[in-house]
Amino acid sequence: MSMNRRDFLKAAAVGGGAILASQAVSAGASMPRELPPEAVGILYDATLCIGCKSCMVNCKIQNSVPGGALYLPDRKGLPYDFSSPDNIWDDARDLSSKTVNIIKVCKNGTGEHKDETENGFSLVKQHCMHCISPACVSVCPVSALRKDPKNGVVYYVEDRCIGCRYCMLACPFRIPRYEYESASPRVRKCQLCRHRYDEGKYSACCEYCPTGASIFGKVTDLRKEAAKRLTLKPGEEYSFPVQTVGSKEKSRRLVSKYINHLYGMKEAGGTQYLLLAGVPFEMLGFDKNISEQVLPDLTWAYISKIPAVIATVLIGGAATWAVTRGRNKDKEE
Amino acid sequence: MKQHDIKMMTPTTIGLIVVMAAGAFVAVYRLFRGLGAATNLNNLWPWGFWIGMDVLGGVAMAAGGFVIAGAVYILNWKKYKPIVRPAILNAFFGYVLAATAIFFDLGQSFRIWHPVVMWQVNSIMFIVAIHVVLYTTTLGAESSPMLFERLRMMGAYRFMNAIMVPIVLFGVLLSTLHQSSLGAVYLIIPSKLSPLWYSSKLPYLFLVSAVFMGLSMVSFETILSSRLFNHPLPVDILRGLARGSLIVAGFYFILKVWDLVAGPGIGAAFAGSFTSNMYLLEMVIGVMLPLVLLAMPKYRTGINSIFSVNLLVIVGVLINRMNVGIFGLAEYASRFGVDYFPSLMELILTAAFIAFAFFGFKVSAKYLNLFPETEH
Repeated sequence: MSMNRRDFLKAAAVGGGAILASQAVSAGASMPRELPPEAVGILYDATLCIGCKSCMVNCKIQNSVPGGALYLPDRKGLPYDFSSPDNIWDDARDLSSKTVNIIKVCKNGTGEHKDETENGFSLVKQHCMHCISPACVSVCPVSALRKDPKNGVVYYVEDRCIGCRYCMLACPFRIPRYEYESASPRVRKCQLCRHRYDEGKYSACCEYCPTGASIFGKVTDLRKEAAKRLTLKPGEEYSFPVQTVGSKEKSRRLVSKYINHLYGMKEAGGTQYLLLAGVPFEMLGFDKNISEQVLPDLTWAYISKIPAVIATVLIGGAATWAVTRGRNKDKEE
Repeated sequence: MKQHDIKMMTPTTIGLIVVMAAGAFVAVYRLFRGLGAATNLNNLWPWGFWIGMDVLGGVAMAAGGFVIAGAVYILNWKKYKPIVRPAILNAFFGYVLAATAIFFDLGQSFRIWHPVVMWQVNSIMFIVAIHVVLYTTTLGAESSPMLFERLRMMGAYRFMNAIMVPIVLFGVLLSTLHQSSLGAVYLIIPSKLSPLWYSSKLPYLFLVSAVFMGLSMVSFETILSSRLFNHPLPVDILRGLARGSLIVAGFYFILKVWDLVAGPGIGAAFAGSFTSNMYLLEMVIGVMLPLVLLAMPKYRTGINSIFSVNLLVIVGVLINRMNVGIFGLAEYASRFGVDYFPSLMELILTAAFIAFAFFGFKVSAKYLNLFPETEH
């Protein structure tokens, strides 16, 4: 069998198409893997939290303005949750389309002793972790979820979102919530109050936290502060910064016993929201199956093979057709 | 122009139309009242029956199109030419329905076109979306000669036939990528999906099971339409498809067992939990029974037994897709206290999609030259 010019042109077109496709794919490959230079985040210390939920109140107030994570143009008042029939004011049971920051309590046994595992309880503040390599950003087909290249905040561009909800499936921390109640729904999640930075302000939750349980700051500074706390001895006195990591205002109090683990240092490749607690994080509702695996790598392993598949199928298929066509003609005619 | 001797106004057809009308009501209700009003989806179950059944299942059921078209036009196995038209038309319906299901499942249905202009190549969902668009177009092109023939546009008919080989090759490529990328969708949730299904080999498993399903689907509808429309049974073709199914079944069985052993271990399948029982159900109905039956020449060649095996494979692969899309997530979601069962409206819309496929196929069989070889 000899290849004539037509066959050759076909084969060339096939190969060329594969090369073009492979360039398109490699051009957009990169997902961030390192902490952005100006990365900001929150350090939450469960042993300092008193469960006042002031953070939740200010979160709703400050995020109901244009640019905020809960903003809705024609909403009257604040986005309050009414989950139970008992006429309880703003009673979010979990993160929801109206609550992107929540204080929960996790109990064990009789639940009497704060920050202890045996018959103890611990408070926990749940909101977006702002992953260094976010699964939600990597799976979004239209880049409606993005990671700010400078401060690393994972934010949402409403107008692009098609509502496929793949982000909700992909997030290992169960963070993105959907406005199922709406006929024109959005994804809702904490955006670390990025709309307030230009005014020199920072995350609303940290602003209202009276004890320094939630402090805002550069992630590198937060990591240092957390590392220092893990070296403190239970019972000694320490001046905990309030509101921001570099704050002059301090809350001086006795140090509780910590679990020797800074959550968010390595989980899912690292996060910009960091947590310290006196009980294991599994008890606080963090899925034990979350590993240090950088999640977008798992899909990239598949996507990076696509150009090779394109080339193989087209060239292999064309060759097969060319070979079997001849054989078939012999039989038929 | 000759119309085929198929009666349209039968009780079955009327039943199909009633179901489609109910589905149309649900569709309008869902668009105006939102997903929360029409479905039982929630924050821990962002994807439900429409994704598991209509999209994952529907696309797998459409795999017969590329398998048969590839066999006839690329491998030049002309023996299968008589079934190439129904196989491609079936795939076309499968994809149109999957795309329609996605339209109603999207929270912002009318932005369904966004992925086509807003590329994001890290996203499997983007890749899936592009494939649905391109492959549905390709299937339309592959089906178009039938329509041009009916409309007596012989110039267009000859042109499409002349470029059919590259079109089919393109279709085979798109299907290979699309079937496997539907499995790759789940690669990002190692902490959520049960290890009975989570695997780095999910794309291969989806591709192989789709080919398995495709062969059975084509064989199933060839037998069914021969009986319904009184065509002689193409016994030789059906036996060939069964032989192909045996090879794919063997390969799929090895892949599944290897995956189980390398992953959570054989014991995980016999844990006695709901999840492990769903796995066993899928394996017995969809893999082991078909493999055993197809391995015996008596059952591989008998038309009734082939028909039964086809049913087993179709149901079995559908269970697999539901397991990956829904049941495999149940243990995770119930750890956080949230369950999901499809609402009546979710079930009705899916039933309407299936009714539409049967109805559309029947209309096509009447008005288009769907079975060219049976005429001569």
